[in-house]
Amino acid sequence: MSAREEILGRVREALGAEPAAVQPSALAEYRTESGLDEDALVELLVDRLEDYKARVEVVPRGNVAAAVRARLEGKEFAVPEGFPAEWLDPSLDERAVRDSREAPLAVVRLDGLDAVVTSSAVSIAETGTIVLDGSPDQGRRAISLVPDHHVCVVPVETIVGIVPEGFARLDTTRPLTLISGPSATSDIELERVEGVHGPRTLDVIIAR
Amino acid sequence: MSSVSLGIPAVPPRGFGNISAVEPFPQAAHRELGNAQLRENLGHATHTIRDKRLRVVSELPDWQALRDAGSAIKTEAMSRLPELLTQFEEQFTARGGTVHWARDAAEANRIVEGLIRETGSDEVVKVKSMATQEIGLNEYLEERGIAAFETDLAELIVQLGHDKPSHILVPAIHKNRTEIRDIFLREMPDVDPALTDEPRRLAMAARAHLRRKFLSAKVAISGANFGIAEMGTLGVVESEGNGRMCLTLPETLITVMGIEKVLPRAQDLEVFMQLLPRSSTGERMNPYTSLWTGVTPGDGPQNVHVVLLDNGRTRALADRHGRSALHCIRCSACMNVCPVYERTGGHAYGSTYPGPIGAILSPLLTGVEAEENSSLPYASSLCGACFDACPVKINIPEILVHLRGEDVEAKHGRDAGPGGADRAGAKSSGRRRGLPTQMDVALGAASWALSSGDRLGLLEKGLPVARALAGRDGKISRLPGLGAGWTQSRDIPAPPSESFRSWWKKRQKDAPPADGDGSTRGPATGGATSDGATEGEAQ
Amino acid sequence: MKIALFATCIVDAMYPRVAQATVQILERLGHEVVFPAGQACCGQMHLNSGYFREALPVVENHVKTFEAGFDGGEYDVAVAPSGSCVASVKHQHAMVARWAVEKGERRADATLEARAAAVGDRTFELAQLLTDVLGVTDAAAQLGSYLPGTIAYHPSCHGMRLLRLGDRQLNLLRSVEGLDVVDLPEADQCCGFGGTFAVKNADVSSAMLADKVANICGTGAAACAGGDASCLMHIGGGLSREQRTTAGDAPVRTLHLAEVLASTREHPLTFDGGLALAGSPAGGAR
Ligand code: SF4
Repeated sequence: MSAREEILGRVREALGAEPAAVQPSALAEYRTESGLDEDALVELLVDRLEDYKARVEVVPRGNVAAAVRARLEGKEFAVPEGFPAEWLDPSLDERAVRDSREAPLAVVRLDGLDAVVTSSAVSIAETGTIVLDGSPDQGRRAISLVPDHHVCVVPVETIVGIVPEGFARLDTTRPLTLISGPSATSDIELERVEGVHGPRTLDVIIAR
Repeated sequence: MSSVSLGIPAVPPRGFGNISAVEPFPQAAHRELGNAQLRENLGHATHTIRDKRLRVVSELPDWQALRDAGSAIKTEAMSRLPELLTQFEEQFTARGGTVHWARDAAEANRIVEGLIRETGSDEVVKVKSMATQEIGLNEYLEERGIAAFETDLAELIVQLGHDKPSHILVPAIHKNRTEIRDIFLREMPDVDPALTDEPRRLAMAARAHLRRKFLSAKVAISGANFGIAEMGTLGVVESEGNGRMCLTLPETLITVMGIEKVLPRAQDLEVFMQLLPRSSTGERMNPYTSLWTGVTPGDGPQNVHVVLLDNGRTRALADRHGRSALHCIRCSACMNVCPVYERTGGHAYGSTYPGPIGAILSPLLTGVEAEENSSLPYASSLCGACFDACPVKINIPEILVHLRGEDVEAKHGRDAGPGGADRAGAKSSGRRRGLPTQMDVALGAASWALSSGDRLGLLEKGLPVARALAGRDGKISRLPGLGAGWTQSRDIPAPPSESFRSWWKKRQKDAPPADGDGSTRGPATGGATSDGATEGEAQ
Repeated sequence: MKIALFATCIVDAMYPRVAQATVQILERLGHEVVFPAGQACCGQMHLNSGYFREALPVVENHVKTFEAGFDGGEYDVAVAPSGSCVASVKHQHAMVARWAVEKGERRADATLEARAAAVGDRTFELAQLLTDVLGVTDAAAQLGSYLPGTIAYHPSCHGMRLLRLGDRQLNLLRSVEGLDVVDLPEADQCCGFGGTFAVKNADVSSAMLADKVANICGTGAAACAGGDASCLMHIGGGLSREQRTTAGDAPVRTLHLAEVLASTREHPLTFDGGLALAGSPAGGAR
């Protein structure tokens, strides 16, 4: 008998004739909506991100390019091919290194860059979580990982209040990365220290 | 190893690997308790995390509802396991991944080795994973010339220190910052000799040490926190970014996942992604979570495998009273709040799974008849702190008691009864139903005395004798046999000269009830126990 | 109200004064106390040690004894001055009944589970009964409770986590005239008793006890009060072994909630002829 057949057989045997448990959705009495308005969402997200020691800035939509420029001035950085052109000041073009699934940068090249700029798919205010889903404006997972400095634009309409609202907007078949602050560890005496293997600096620009 | 059988056995075979104690818990605990540094490190770490957890848990108004939902989803998942595993396999395969099945530790190790060999690589980077710890993968690969590099900071500390993990989330919890600095100075070839013990500097040293490995690794091995049946998605929850490095940069990704980790729907993540981070590191959300579904062309590993591991899980599942131990999401909250774990540390439990969950999971995976794990269910005062903390509401104290019952049956069971088939394992493990122990005799006699008011009353007539034996200082400080365990650190007060029962009887006689209805009511006594006050007092 | 007292084996044999105090409190409130003579023990020690077969007759005896009184209208509720024994009656008795049926035990009785649950439903821990059923919120005013001195309070695990007593015991203690209840650090930590755990894992149990004793003595209180005689025997045994004394050189004691509540101005709780908490709060225990 193959391992597959044997294990499935053992599982069936172990469960015996007991009926399958009811679908728990009927029991779901946890919150599925936060009911927060835009101002409250932005305020909460900023608070939570700052708690993780991320740098956060809220700017009018028209000022995103300037904010991005301020963060990346003088740096050589990766940018996914689908990153909105209007958010990238032409003065940065010279040091912007394009990446896409079709023409990916080598890992060593990424390691040599100072930073990366991406957009984001969904942000969850209550937990200070930004989700990247690999869309063209966010790029391959490697680009937001290897460079030590991540500048991330969060369009205000992508902010939700709580975790269930976040997952409701996500397609789990896409490669998802949930980011809550810069990389950190609690492995030494269970005290949190920011900055390990992932980007040590996380800049968030919330575009209203 | 275990799986040679004629047809499907009544009790699924036990698991093997690092899931067994090597010595009885009390013995191991005795040694670990003697380590003052360990006690201090653990006390500090567990208290830090307890406070953090309480803070973030109390922030959520619907925490209890989330726990209920987590528990219900896991119950559902277990009851639909055959269907969910098959669905997961279909989906994962359809999206470009390959699924393997492993009956036990040995089979899983062989499969992983084979997959690594196919890539031609002789080294791998690893994301912290309990499943690979359980099957002893690192040791297995090392013996066969494949180097496995742990990349989680705490795992790295353990690996560099030639040590064993003592906690499921923070395997080096037993080490403090200075000890960690010393390990780094000794074992990291390229380390700055001026390294201080500041946690930030230590984290930087780990970053520098592993950077090149990450950038050049061809093969990564991970565990998984969840596998979603609905679409074949796998998930890893982490903090440092070492997980993302391993899950994203190499060509080949091999994930070893216990069969109990499968969840029905993607939507279930909305529950577990709230329960897990708050319960484990006491954060609103962990820094990084990666979810991947098979292969994404042009992004991440293109050669993706998952090994679905049994290794005793079906045996645990067959125990109706113990199976909810498989609901565990490995958050470590139970050990962080456990007063026993806090004092002994994780090594005393022998298994990869220490603390309260280990005390039930290890014997469930191997069968409690496995001599080496039979002392684990007793490693608890049943205070219940673990049950309160567990995000999926595993009733650990109740399962501990259930397993004690199974152990007593296995060792001293008389008439097997219909449940007797369960104990076939007791024979095969070479365990004889032993002669009665002191505990058997004591509790047998107590059962006789305590199952009748008359018999207890009769025995209580001996109280004055016992009181006299206690001597002048009114306490008993040394007892023989089992009682010596008690008197090792505690006195017993001299018993009173009279039991309550006897006092009550006299009171009834002295003052027959006014209403004469024969009830046992008596007049109120004067003041506060002026007689009893000097009796039974410990001092 | 007619109230059955389940004294529990340890109180019956070792701490009769706790049961006496319970009787006094209830009678002072005008209730009638009945002591069902067939009672012995809840079986918790056997159950928690895994000796289900030996626990079965103990549980049967308890259920049989108390259901007879409930059914015959001899009393309305039962009370025990012990959180863990009540938790066992409420939660474990049905479990052992189920176990016997599943295992096909010779003594198995298919009706026992439901009968045990019925007895459990009408059994209360003392503070639970006083607060939830008898409406006692102010011990000084309603019971005349009076005890000058300083105590620490240890909320036993089973009362706290299995019965969810919350602050019921603490609130009653706080409402005793003259009594100062100080905060006990790490109060919610187990004292390390755990029945046979204390002998099977004596080293770990002793380490837990040592911390509890140190925390109690660190408060400077003259005594540690609680609602579970078994935990108090354990803690008291540790205090005694370590010969812990107050600044006034009196031994640091353990007191049961019932004893504290029963103490009044006219008849205060005494030890060795002196006021129970003499020596406090002049200074820290050592
Ligand atoms: S048993 Fe519960 S508390 Fe313990 S690790 Fe598992 S999920 Fe966490």
